[in-house]
Amino acid sequence: MAKKAKINWSKHSQLIVPLLSIFLIVLFNLFRDPSFFSIEITTNNAGSTVLTGNLISILNGASELAILAMGMTLVTAACGGQDISVGALAAIAGSVFVKVLRAGEITPLTIALGFVCCCLAAMAFGAFNGTLVSAFRIQPMIATLVLFTCGRSVAYWINGGATPTVESPLINAIGSFIPGVPVPTPILIVIVTAIVLALVFRFTSLGLYTQAVGINQRAARLNGINTTLIKLISFMILGVCCAIAGVIAVSRLSLINHETLLLDIEMDAILAVAIGGNALSGGKFKIAGSVLGAYAIQALTITLYAMKVPSTDVKAYKAIVIILIVVIGSPVVKAKLSQLWNRIKSGKQGKEVAQA
Amino acid sequence: MQNDIVLSMRGIGKVFPGVRALHNVDFTLRKGEIHALMGENGAGKSTLIKVLTGVYTKDAGTIHLDGAEGEVIIRSPQDAQNAGISTVYQEITLCPNLTVAENMFIGRGKGMLVSRRTMEKRAGEILDSLSIPARPKQQLGSCSLAVQQMVAIARAVDMDCKVLILDEPTSSLDDKEVEMLFTLMRDLKNRGVGIIFVTHFLEQVYAVSDRITVLRNGELVGEYEVKDLPQVELVSKMMGKELEGLSDLVRDDSAQFDDSTPVYEASGLSSAKGVNPYDFAIRKGEVNGFTGLLGSGRSESVRAIFGADRVTGGKVKIDGKTVKIGKPIDAMKQGIGYLPEDRKDDGIIADLSVRDNIILALQVEKGFFHPFSQAEAEAFADEYIKALEIKTASSETPIKSLSGGNQQKVILARWLLTHPKYLILDEPTRGIDVGTKTEIQRLVRKLAEEGMSVTFISSEIEEMLRTCSRLIVMRDRHIVGELRGTELTQDNVMRTIAGGGE
Repeated sequence: MAKKAKINWSKHSQLIVPLLSIFLIVLFNLFRDPSFFSIEITTNNAGSTVLTGNLISILNGASELAILAMGMTLVTAACGGQDISVGALAAIAGSVFVKVLRAGEITPLTIALGFVCCCLAAMAFGAFNGTLVSAFRIQPMIATLVLFTCGRSVAYWINGGATPTVESPLINAIGSFIPGVPVPTPILIVIVTAIVLALVFRFTSLGLYTQAVGINQRAARLNGINTTLIKLISFMILGVCCAIAGVIAVSRLSLINHETLLLDIEMDAILAVAIGGNALSGGKFKIAGSVLGAYAIQALTITLYAMKVPSTDVKAYKAIVIILIVVIGSPVVKAKLSQLWNRIKSGKQGKEVAQA
Repeated sequence: MQNDIVLSMRGIGKVFPGVRALHNVDFTLRKGEIHALMGENGAGKSTLIKVLTGVYTKDAGTIHLDGAEGEVIIRSPQDAQNAGISTVYQEITLCPNLTVAENMFIGRGKGMLVSRRTMEKRAGEILDSLSIPARPKQQLGSCSLAVQQMVAIARAVDMDCKVLILDEPTSSLDDKEVEMLFTLMRDLKNRGVGIIFVTHFLEQVYAVSDRITVLRNGELVGEYEVKDLPQVELVSKMMGKELEGLSDLVRDDSAQFDDSTPVYEASGLSSAKGVNPYDFAIRKGEVNGFTGLLGSGRSESVRAIFGADRVTGGKVKIDGKTVKIGKPIDAMKQGIGYLPEDRKDDGIIADLSVRDNIILALQVEKGFFHPFSQAEAEAFADEYIKALEIKTASSETPIKSLSGGNQQKVILARWLLTHPKYLILDEPTRGIDVGTKTEIQRLVRKLAEEGMSVTFISSEIEEMLRTCSRLIVMRDRHIVGELRGTELTQDNVMRTIAGGGE
């Protein structure tokens, strides 16, 4: 008991719900099929050794969602609202990426150029959303409805064609495996993104400012914080997240379909933030929670597919599980549970006293 | 004489959990009089009005109305309206997108069957008879605030009201509009309507009222004829201080006079929150105060110094050099700190830890790209938790779970950490226990001795006299006097607030 006390659980209590949901999904799968989580080492058709298995496909498949959830957490914290245009913005960013690559030969340099261009484009659109929210004080969901509605049309205009392709081993390396590396590249990109974001928090006061603005904007302003700028920055960071997600999604298929690329992902991203224990009304946040939430959602989807649930029914089953997770994480249930916990604890103590 | 009484409230009591809002209050309104209801914040004015209008149900006492047999039961605003009691609030509660005539008849039952033409005709007659400059067909939203308010009054009058309550009707009107409203009020008075006038503008009370009832701490202080109650006595009654025998608290601060360059100097400073341009300067090591009744503009004035509201004009000098302070960060960069009056809405970041709340202002000053390390932040927090004896489980505890006094100390720590040369404290002692109060007063004097300039605002005059060496007195958003040294007595302060003192 005393050894365990070193971890300060109250500081991380927010992570209990997403961890618990992942744990339950894992437990369920282990009972259902003990081999569910086995990881196999196979050789893919490109001839390199790679890891495969359900666990890998969960981690791999959740990459875009995890990255978007990171940005969504920041916007939620600063503005007390959500960006519903992330899917559309990812489609725009992906289109810009494809446009640049199709202009010439695909080399590491042009890929870098393409990435920079789509980041800039996504940041500009993020700034557009951010300006509506911070300067014009429009509700985030309404403000981002604009881009949600028109984003995929803009993505279409950029390339003018239906589904332009970008065929290259380099693109395959981004979308699936780098030759010689057994872990899917999107997983590595999530790790790099997380590290970069962690460094941003380490070397700036972004975390403190964002929480201050989200919790009490008036007080934040009276302490000299430029609240408009902080909200704008959160949207621009989310823009970059959209760009990264867009590039991954394009690279997986080596083509862009502006209509279906990361369709409906905005709702999953918001859900990931919620499952991660972050208040959707803004304020204190934990990005790790949202990332765990993203993996929980993906684990659920993969489990349902593994159970041979028809793809038309998956959404309904997903909804049922989500209701459970969200209700368990609700303040009402949390309060009841902690009450129960205290009663059990005091009961135990009572017994101990009685025994003594 | 007895027949003139339209409303008589006797022994009214109202208790909220933990607070006795009203205790044994009497109030009498006569036909054709304008009766001002006065009192400081928390005196019970609005509770009394809400009991009368049925928003609250009273716990004790009786209400009698002229023309009604026995006691009148008022359980809802509808009851009050049926009994002939109408209220016009500070905020217009009409529909701006309907016409003037529609607004006058809406929700009155009989309006349903009346044709538009008769409705407009009737509205026109009432507006004419009261000389209100509005046309029946005009959209209400296109009228000025003053006219909208007058339409609301006209609506009330047409509903056959015997008692008209005007709750802070003048706070958003300019001088000319106020005069218009007063003309209307006098007109109604001559028609026999009893008007209850709630306001905090002293001069307006004297301009228009016949009688004054003063409440304090939920109790009746008394009812007076305006001509028998000089302003200075009214102020003393509202504050609960007798005029005589208070001059013993004489201080000698003549040593404070010096000719050095002021740390802060402003001329013609004004802000979007309705502060009239004013001049102000403070020297090194000086503690001054802004005093005045609630709504006198004392808080707004110091907010303008810090750039908390949009600054609309004025020149500012720091140590003799001209600087521009347009927003809080500008003021902070010049070494000014500001502890706001509203701790909950403007001060604390509720969910953040005590530590984050303490370092916030200094962190912002230091810059976005230079965050404090965990260890540095921890050291700052521990230092000030110890120095100010902040009672908290740890520096990790969210500030919202601390008591009010300790929250205030955290905000104080936040500004002390920035080592300001000029610190503004707006009501630092409000709502906190006596022990902490004296601690803060002592701290203020100590900081001044160490060379910090401090502006200290408090609703409690004794506290200001104990702490400040110079008091700037405000009334109705103007500076009306400045007291220092031996002039600093409660007597003088109240006389100055009241305006000369007849």
